[in-house]
Amino acid sequence: MSSMAISPTSPAPRTSLARRVSALLYRRTTLALLLLLTPPLLWFGVVYLGSLLTLIAQSFYTFDDFSMQVTPEWTLANYRALLDAANLDIVLRTVSMALAVSAMSALLAFPLAYYMARYAKGSEKAFFYVAVMLPMWASYLVKVYAWTVLLAKGGISWWLIDKLGLTPLYEWMLTLPGIGGSTLSTSNFGRFWVFVYIWLPFMILPIQAALERIPDNLLAASSDLGARPWQTFVHIILPMAVPGVVAGSIFTFSLTLGDYIIPQLIGPSGFYIGNMVYSMQGSVGNMPMAAAFTVVPIVLIGVYLTLAKRTGAFDAL
Amino acid sequence: MKHAVEFDRVRRSYGAVNAVDDVNLAIREGEFFSMLGPSGSGKTTCLRLIAGFELPSSGRVLIDGVDASRLPPFERNVNTVFQDYALFPTMNVLENVAYPLMIKGVAKRERYARAEEALAMVALDGFAARKPGQLSGGQRQRVALARALVGRPRVLLLDEPLGALDLKLREQMQGELKALQRQLGITFVFVTHDQSEALSMSDRVAVFARGRIEQVDTPQALYSQPASRFVADFVGTSNVVDGALAETLTGRRGAFAIRPERIRLGRFDGAISVRGVVREVAFLGPVNRVDVEVAGRYLSAQLPSFSLQMPEVGTEVELAWERDAAHWLPEAA
Repeated sequence: MSSMAISPTSPAPRTSLARRVSALLYRRTTLALLLLLTPPLLWFGVVYLGSLLTLIAQSFYTFDDFSMQVTPEWTLANYRALLDAANLDIVLRTVSMALAVSAMSALLAFPLAYYMARYAKGSEKAFFYVAVMLPMWASYLVKVYAWTVLLAKGGISWWLIDKLGLTPLYEWMLTLPGIGGSTLSTSNFGRFWVFVYIWLPFMILPIQAALERIPDNLLAASSDLGARPWQTFVHIILPMAVPGVVAGSIFTFSLTLGDYIIPQLIGPSGFYIGNMVYSMQGSVGNMPMAAAFTVVPIVLIGVYLTLAKRTGAFDAL
Repeated sequence: MKHAVEFDRVRRSYGAVNAVDDVNLAIREGEFFSMLGPSGSGKTTCLRLIAGFELPSSGRVLIDGVDASRLPPFERNVNTVFQDYALFPTMNVLENVAYPLMIKGVAKRERYARAEEALAMVALDGFAARKPGQLSGGQRQRVALARALVGRPRVLLLDEPLGALDLKLREQMQGELKALQRQLGITFVFVTHDQSEALSMSDRVAVFARGRIEQVDTPQALYSQPASRFVADFVGTSNVVDGALAETLTGRRGAFAIRPERIRLGRFDGAISVRGVVREVAFLGPVNRVDVEVAGRYLSAQLPSFSLQMPEVGTEVELAWERDAAHWLPEAA
């Protein structure tokens, strides 16, 4: 039995540099981590946080209307200007659209995410992943331009609505103030659907991930303790999906807040925050005002996250 | 007599595999009933059939004398303590325990009072505001127990609930579970693969193998009169002697089981004795296990480690046991 003894086959000890470095990094994990993390942290710190801080600092700079010059003199004038009726209008228009888009995305995403997380298996699941992400491979601009055609008078949507016999309803809807317009492609309603279309995948995937993390046993336990399926849904599944909905809505919310292409191409006239930033820093050259506008979404998202945290949305993470 | 749970020719198959195969079973009201078997023997499937997580492919499952074969889990007055506890992470301990009462629509004040009571019962008062993530394994176990008992089910199902606990805690929980069951008078159905756990806690034990029940009996009867070679081997350890050796030793055909602790060293009047060579001596604490090779097979003897000089490996020894210590196994079906 003992004839299988393992004979030591250690080679002559070589002290090459590579070996010594490997041994050193193995012993000193902090050093290894430091080497790994320094480049991304530098990049993140300088490029992301640095530019963000510069941006916030610039929102306090002074812009001279006559000379069109920016001077680094501290002022709150830009923030005061945000409260002007015209600017406040832009902020409210953008924020209400972002809220509506986030809410509708969550409603549409949930059933699909639920199916993907709890029923789809194997290749079916892969199909859903690809199907959800495929539209993101195509150029954003192409998709938005395509929608202008789809929604235009005489376009496919028009034809479909006509075939379904919904033209009266459709024409009535277009007369509604704040929602309608002369055609779908120039109405807020059309803009809303294009936003939902563009950002929906960003809502589906986080919700799907959150739902997938719910162990089957919790659902079994809930029904074992007497809960009917809808009670299990309300008391167990929904609370555990909240972190996913919050994560998804941060995407849909902030992406809508920052977009300036869809508001230009689809829907009625009237600036969004994104358009305002674009024109302030581009054609006008008022960098401080553009920066002040950019701070609005940052603050809003911060407030939203604080509220979500306070409700205990992240406790189960 | 009405039974808490009854299986009437129950079969549960997955494709061509019968996880539970033609099982008949009657669990008495108020008893501590264990289902013991190796993994894949069908014991957990049987538990899930009682809970309603699985439905029988054929046959009937009766709870309280009523056919429950097609009832969903939420319509059965049966609660489960899960192996991994399955506590709801979004709720604190009190809300977890009050959950079944909330589902039933019990008013807030009353359900929290009853949940507090259930927590006191498992010695967890003062933990009400904690989240499950802040508890140790043993504490989570107790919360799961309180949650399953707060609605006073007819039957409590326990799915290897002590498996994840360390030895000392497990032994303590065994005692507490038994005391709780005696105090509440609720029927406990306990699934385990640990035979010593099943023996020490249960009124009766069903031994499962390959989807079938090998034997249902009291722990004592299971140990002293195993109904099959499998039971003799799985419940405790046994030396099963059959064939020519059995016949030469006893003059009788068949197979018998002899427990290691019944075998002694030496030669005694009226005892059966046999010679063999010591191949292994293992110190197990209170006893030593001595493996002796006899006619090409091994017999294990357990000898108290405090008194005897242990034989050397390689030496020849004489083993002996009383005639009535051997338990003859029924012919294999």
